[in-house]
Amino acid sequence: MSQTELPTENAAALVEGVDVPTPAGRGSNLIRRSLRLGRTRVGLVLVGILVLIALFGPYLAPHAPDAFVGRPFSSPGGGAALGTDYLGQDVLSRFLHGGLDILILAIVSTAIGLVVGLAIGLIAAYSRNWLDEVLMRTMDVIMAFPQIMLALVAVTLVGPKNWVTITAIALTTAPRVARVARGAAQPVVERDFIGATEAMGMSKARIITGELLPNILGPMMVEASLRLTYSIAVIAALAFVGLANDPNAANWGTMISENQGALATQPWGALLPILAIALLTMGTGLIGDGIARTAAGIDRERGDE
Amino acid sequence: MKWLRGGGIWGFIVRRLLLGILVLFLVSVIVFAGTQALGDPARAILGRDATPDRLAALQAQLHLDQNVVGQYVQWLSGLLHGSFGTSLASQQPVSQLLGPRLVSSIVLVVISAVISIPLSIVIGSYAALHREKKFDTIVSNVMLGLASMPEFVTALLLVILFSTNIFHALPSISPVPPGHRAWEYPDELILPVATLVIAVTPYVSRIMRASMIEVLESDYVEMARLKGLSERTVLYRHALPNAIGPVFQVTAISLAYLAGGIVIIEYVFNYPGIGSALVDAVTNHDIPVVQALAVLIAGLYVVLNLLADVATILVTPRLRTRL
Amino acid sequence: MTTDQLPDQQGLTTGPDPAVTVRDLQISTTNGTPVVDGVSFEIAPGEVLGVVGESGSGKTTVGLSLLGHARRGLEITGGTILLGQEDIRAMDDAELRRLRGSLVSYVPQDPASSLNPALRIGTQLREVLEAHGSTDDERNAARIAEMMREVALDDDPAYLKRYPHQLSGGQQQRVGLAMAFANRPRLIVLDEPTTGLDVTTQATVLATVRELAQAHGVAALYVTHDLAVVAAVATRVAVMYAGRIVELGPADQLFEASGHPYTRRLVGAIPRLTGGRSLIGIPGHAPSPAKRPHGCAFAPRCRLRIDECEVALPEPVQISPDHSARCIKALEVVKVEQSGLGDPVDLPPSDTEAPVLSIENLVARYGEIEVLHSINMTLEHRECLAIVGESGSGKTTTARSIAGLHHDWSGSIRLGETELAQTARSRSTDVRRQIQYIFQNPYGSLNPRKTVGESIGQPLRVFGLASRREADKRAGEMLEQVSLSASYARRYPDQLSGGERQRVAIARALISSPSVLICDEVTSALDVSVQAAIVELLGTLQRELGLSMVFVTHNLPLVRSIAQKVAVLADGHIVEYGETSGILARPQQEYTRHLISDTPSLETATSEVQATAQPTDRPTEREPTG
Repeated sequence: MSQTELPTENAAALVEGVDVPTPAGRGSNLIRRSLRLGRTRVGLVLVGILVLIALFGPYLAPHAPDAFVGRPFSSPGGGAALGTDYLGQDVLSRFLHGGLDILILAIVSTAIGLVVGLAIGLIAAYSRNWLDEVLMRTMDVIMAFPQIMLALVAVTLVGPKNWVTITAIALTTAPRVARVARGAAQPVVERDFIGATEAMGMSKARIITGELLPNILGPMMVEASLRLTYSIAVIAALAFVGLANDPNAANWGTMISENQGALATQPWGALLPILAIALLTMGTGLIGDGIARTAAGIDRERGDE
Repeated sequence: MKWLRGGGIWGFIVRRLLLGILVLFLVSVIVFAGTQALGDPARAILGRDATPDRLAALQAQLHLDQNVVGQYVQWLSGLLHGSFGTSLASQQPVSQLLGPRLVSSIVLVVISAVISIPLSIVIGSYAALHREKKFDTIVSNVMLGLASMPEFVTALLLVILFSTNIFHALPSISPVPPGHRAWEYPDELILPVATLVIAVTPYVSRIMRASMIEVLESDYVEMARLKGLSERTVLYRHALPNAIGPVFQVTAISLAYLAGGIVIIEYVFNYPGIGSALVDAVTNHDIPVVQALAVLIAGLYVVLNLLADVATILVTPRLRTRL
Repeated sequence: MTTDQLPDQQGLTTGPDPAVTVRDLQISTTNGTPVVDGVSFEIAPGEVLGVVGESGSGKTTVGLSLLGHARRGLEITGGTILLGQEDIRAMDDAELRRLRGSLVSYVPQDPASSLNPALRIGTQLREVLEAHGSTDDERNAARIAEMMREVALDDDPAYLKRYPHQLSGGQQQRVGLAMAFANRPRLIVLDEPTTGLDVTTQATVLATVRELAQAHGVAALYVTHDLAVVAAVATRVAVMYAGRIVELGPADQLFEASGHPYTRRLVGAIPRLTGGRSLIGIPGHAPSPAKRPHGCAFAPRCRLRIDECEVALPEPVQISPDHSARCIKALEVVKVEQSGLGDPVDLPPSDTEAPVLSIENLVARYGEIEVLHSINMTLEHRECLAIVGESGSGKTTTARSIAGLHHDWSGSIRLGETELAQTARSRSTDVRRQIQYIFQNPYGSLNPRKTVGESIGQPLRVFGLASRREADKRAGEMLEQVSLSASYARRYPDQLSGGERQRVAIARALISSPSVLICDEVTSALDVSVQAAIVELLGTLQRELGLSMVFVTHNLPLVRSIAQKVAVLADGHIVEYGETSGILARPQQEYTRHLISDTPSLETATSEVQATAQPTDRPTEREPTG
């Protein structure tokens, strides 16, 4: 009701219109624009390579992951291109087999956490009443448990099963997503186009999904890549402390702890999975940052928002 | 109930405290429900082939023979009296077992915080003042890379760099003898602290940078310059006090994050703190220890957030006088 | 050429010793696009020069350059700025620091964001004295107290201990003025200091500026988008368009016989209190800095355009010794009688048979606070009712209650015979269709993620009146009805200007053939020329389509050309209610009289500037000032 939207004369506003900004609206568009940034491309290449390794590695592996090909911790050479591990299994083959589990678990649990968190955050932001308060305080309580702690405890008590890991990570991901979603949605809820749809009598569900959601896709994509990064970390860490679903299967996290002792003599067994996890998480981190920067840049270009 | 709504700053603090207590209570319910009420922990601990006798004995020790509410009340009143039960693995009182480990962890966390938070404020402010210059770009890229890696990967890379293959400078796996304090062996602290600092600094400095940029772009900083104030006055009197507000929140969040982060890092370095205790307890199915640690770590989170909220209010006149 | 003429001009216009002289100023973006170009003027001590322009014209940029400052992304690339004999462009950082706040001071647009929220106002006042060498605490305290009194604020030490957020907008702006005058500067730059203030507050701030500038012989540059405000405060005016001064001259000459077609159109776009004439907007919009044409930047929008206009930039043409305009035809233009205004509006009389909307005993609350107290009004068929009031008067709450957007109200609102439910959601689809609402801010009322066509067609689909395909077709038709081309349907809101967005919002409101249209401050976020065009469009559509309309505004003169009936609101009460012409000509209530006299307008202002030496006894603001 006050007139705060009066024209300002900052440089951005002046230069606006130099090239008519393409509508930054659609998510796909945001990703396409973010690809102009070097860091997004580097991130995409890193993630792409590691995903390809995880997906097709098993078909390329020279040996079965549990085949013994030599003496424990033997150096590269002979049948084992990168040497053998603590039991004498082929490091390269185990490495090629070891990424898929982590990747699938991380993606599934992050996706569930995102959807649940997004729904809670949007409902809280739109309701603007006691429901908002109750939902967000509940999220606070869950947030009090660090992700890794909750996952550790859950896996121990119920057992190292896929659904337990997924539930634990989704459960701890959701409140963090909800917080970001609510924060992003709150200013949107205050804008008049929401009022306009309310005056038309549009249903709440349609307002939330059709009007609100598309306006917070930018921050949510950033959040998605950030959460995926953390999920990979937690899942790899669980395997690293020996709580993988199948302790004998090839898994990057398990491989690290198995072969950590021989870092000085036969480093490949631990180094390869360490690097794989490091590069994968860096990749998702770079993509998220690229999207975030692009979204921020678009906001700045628009000047009025 | 009017004091619950109004009451100025003290009213706010009281409200915030009550909310904190409620959250703590809920945390204890969740911990208890998660660890004890669901399923049969005695069976989980002893495994399938436990004899009925041993099962019954353990159930009695865990008070599983009572009803759920009774069990909870007993457990909670124990907690409130500082008694966390008896460890199943070592048969020692949990508080006695965890006391020294808690101190070791606090030392680790505090040293990390004392290094990383001022470091982050300096890096963040400097990057904001020299935005999009070389320092800012390099720092932001390095930080981004470091921040994305899981802590145990950072830790292992540090181990590889400094204590195995490349430089043999530091001990990697800390063999602090039992009964000794961690800080008696400063060498052992370097790598764990470095890992935690690397984990937290990117995050805090990023927020400091964003906050500083927002303040530097503000109308009142432009106005301060247009009043002819020296750049020093502009920075220290007008910009910093306004930019520092979010840092309290961030400090709390990062301390709470550190409390979670130490779990894996202590495990990697075999550091005798509560983090490695949690991993041990979890592997041994030592339910009372797990419960105690879960309540401890979650409680820490709640208390830190509470303190941060109050601190933020106290340094922000607009909030302080409006309440 | 311009610079060559300057010495003569200087001698003739402002006496021998201007306080500030600007010659051929050029300011560019860091990648080299000029944003301000060829700007020259001077200001005498004690004189107020108004710089008028629409958003993006470069007026604030010029103002800041007088302090040797350019915002991020901009730099001063050419020309000279002389303060007396000192060249500001030649100064290093330390010299600039000594200059700012002492010799040249600045009053910012938004006092709320320009005062540091973490520092007490006393501290902020004191530091501007201390920064310029005045370290004696007692003397400073005395000077601050004196300044506070001069700007009509409390000089009590306890008051100085307040934080900015504990003051009202008008008080904050007066602290800004006190700060600017504290070191008795030679030049003061005021950047739209009254934007966002209520008319009453604005009037007192304007009076203070005028008095202080005259009393202390301070030269002032007053930047604004509002010609009426400039008329109230400035003796000479520079009109800026697309980064250049297109006309410069004494205020009265500019308003009565301007030599540039742009100035004429701008004057014609200003709503007048007297003689309800239709407002005429300027079609099109100003080119962005990178797309400015070689010739006259206004040519594409100019009715008098000839081919020569686009060949080269017109040089300033002297109309009289102190009046020049950058137009080839300036000497012809100036001779044409400046009616400038549209035809007198002949609003059809209200049809009083059966009211479309009747409001009885409307009481509305926000939480525990009652913001509307027993409001009664009726809207007749084909009638436009204006609700006028300052911020906080309850005018928007009234409008939102009618639309069912404000939920906490009691009393009775009837649409024809139908009693309306509190919330839009609990009303029938047909009621929702019949009452349509247009929001104040066109930047917020369109979903940025939907195309214009989708937004316009949305009501039809929500009301179940049309298929998607049909809605698209109707959206295209509506776009043409609001004078946009149907091809706009595929664009997104961020590709449109503010005026275009507001047209889209109008199209969306009209697509479902409503019977009542509620317009909530629909022009307050727009430039004057755009505002005129939107009001003109609304008026025409309302009359052609036979709509009834509720027009909410804070701008009293605007009402004249559109509404038959006015309700003046203050503090949630109706102060005065009746025929527009009657109320504007013969206001019965003290409050309405103040509202009218405080509203800056060309008629009252041009005569007032001359009589400035004796400030009229203005009503003080309704806030605790002591």
